[in-house]
Amino acid sequence: MTTLRSESIGAGEAASAGPRVGVLALQGDFREHAHVLARLGAHVSLVRRPEELAAVDGLVIPGGESTVMDKLARAYGLAEPLRAAIAAGMPVYGTCAGLIMLADTILDAIAGQQTLGGLDVVVRRNAFGSQNQSFETDLDIPALGAEPVHAVFIRGPVVESVGPRATPLATLADGRVVAVEQGNLLGTSFHPEITGEYRFHEYFLDRVRSRSLSRSRNG
Amino acid sequence: MSTAQTGSSRVKRGLAEMLKGGVIMDVVTPEQARIAEDAGAVAVMALERVPADIRAQGGVARMSDPDLIEAIIAEVSIPVMAKARIGHFVEAQVLQALDVDYIDESEVLSPADYVNHIDKWQFNTPFVCGATNLGEALRRINEGAAMIRSKGEAGTGDVSEATKHIRKITGEINQLKSMTRDEIYVAAKELQAPYELVLEVAETGKLPVVLFTAGGVATPADAAMMMQLGADGVFVGSGIFKSGNPEQRAAAIVKATTFYDDPSVIADVSRGLGEAMVGINVGDLAAPHRLAERGW
Repeated sequence: MTTLRSESIGAGEAASAGPRVGVLALQGDFREHAHVLARLGAHVSLVRRPEELAAVDGLVIPGGESTVMDKLARAYGLAEPLRAAIAAGMPVYGTCAGLIMLADTILDAIAGQQTLGGLDVVVRRNAFGSQNQSFETDLDIPALGAEPVHAVFIRGPVVESVGPRATPLATLADGRVVAVEQGNLLGTSFHPEITGEYRFHEYFLDRVRSRSLSRSRNG
Repeated sequence: MSTAQTGSSRVKRGLAEMLKGGVIMDVVTPEQARIAEDAGAVAVMALERVPADIRAQGGVARMSDPDLIEAIIAEVSIPVMAKARIGHFVEAQVLQALDVDYIDESEVLSPADYVNHIDKWQFNTPFVCGATNLGEALRRINEGAAMIRSKGEAGTGDVSEATKHIRKITGEINQLKSMTRDEIYVAAKELQAPYELVLEVAETGKLPVVLFTAGGVATPADAAMMMQLGADGVFVGSGIFKSGNPEQRAAAIVKATTFYDDPSVIADVSRGLGEAMVGINVGDLAAPHRLAERGW
């Protein structure tokens, strides 16, 4: 369709050889994620429908409003294919609302709110309070190297408890967990996509590449 | 490790980034706020009267009762915005103290100052402001607005002014993109906007903050048209709760905003919505009743 602005995001130049990754584009800052992924050489597409999900080897769930993403994912038949893809081991990275969508259990949800699940964690929505409490700070994240990560929290969630299958990656000074991983799943309370911080996306793309490689060997 | 910083430009503009692709709905009671959240609103605007009623009842329109705003904040988990009069920095101070998530310095209320807008840099809470053209948008950003909405003509259900304003803003951005450096000095003078902001828009091809559309959106197709014209998201004021079936219309507008480029989805959600708000043709409004002309 000529008006589909997603086409202009697409892949960067000559990126067709890069991994095929999608950004869930139901609502939120999906273009910022698509921009970062394209800059890193990925072939990026926006995902709003099951057939678009089937065409990618990894997915980013952006920041935004988790209640809206949940409703639209269910209304347009995307929730079950997403759960199946996560269960099959597809690499998925969620920021903020995306972390909420990946959590097995959420607190302070609205009535009837569902998540996709996959991360063995309990996540509290909007854990810091109103927008007046939104903040930016530096985090030490050893898994990403010595240089601190500049993290922006916008009405963000926190991981209240980490189950045995998940691993915390980052904590605030007060000890609250704000980044976790489990297998091919990665979730952060904050938004690297709006600060020019590329290391989380590189970390995610490494997973996509290595899974594609192992699948092509075994396939 | 640095200490946490609140109220930075990045944090203020960041919330608007997270609202993109979404619908912000005017609500006047906690019950309406609940309906809006359940229908998929990304945020609600808490106010005492929707613009259509402000228009019908006349008189001076002011900031809403703090009790009402707090009751709406208590009812929903999504962000809550509230309106202050243009230039009324004390109403804005009150809204910040009430812990609203965004302050709308709005032409829908009666202006409190016909010369100055609020110095929005003085606040921790972010502001959204209306604009009818690029120069007005950049003047608001220069004053500290962290989000812009094209004004349209609130409370009419007539989308033509919303169309005019979003086309004007995106058209002026496109003109800047094709200009050479030496032409941008004159463009800044003509736009009556700071040169640095004008240059930034010319180089990046977009506003430095998120751009929503407002004022007259009443149907799913209206919302989708605004998105196709380049809006990042949509405010719907009177269009939902002045219609025959608010729950269904709200959910339909949310879906049409996400699938704005898919006419089959828009057709599907537009079926059987019942009566849209009655509406007023903007052409029938005498000039003093045109809200978009407030603000400068």
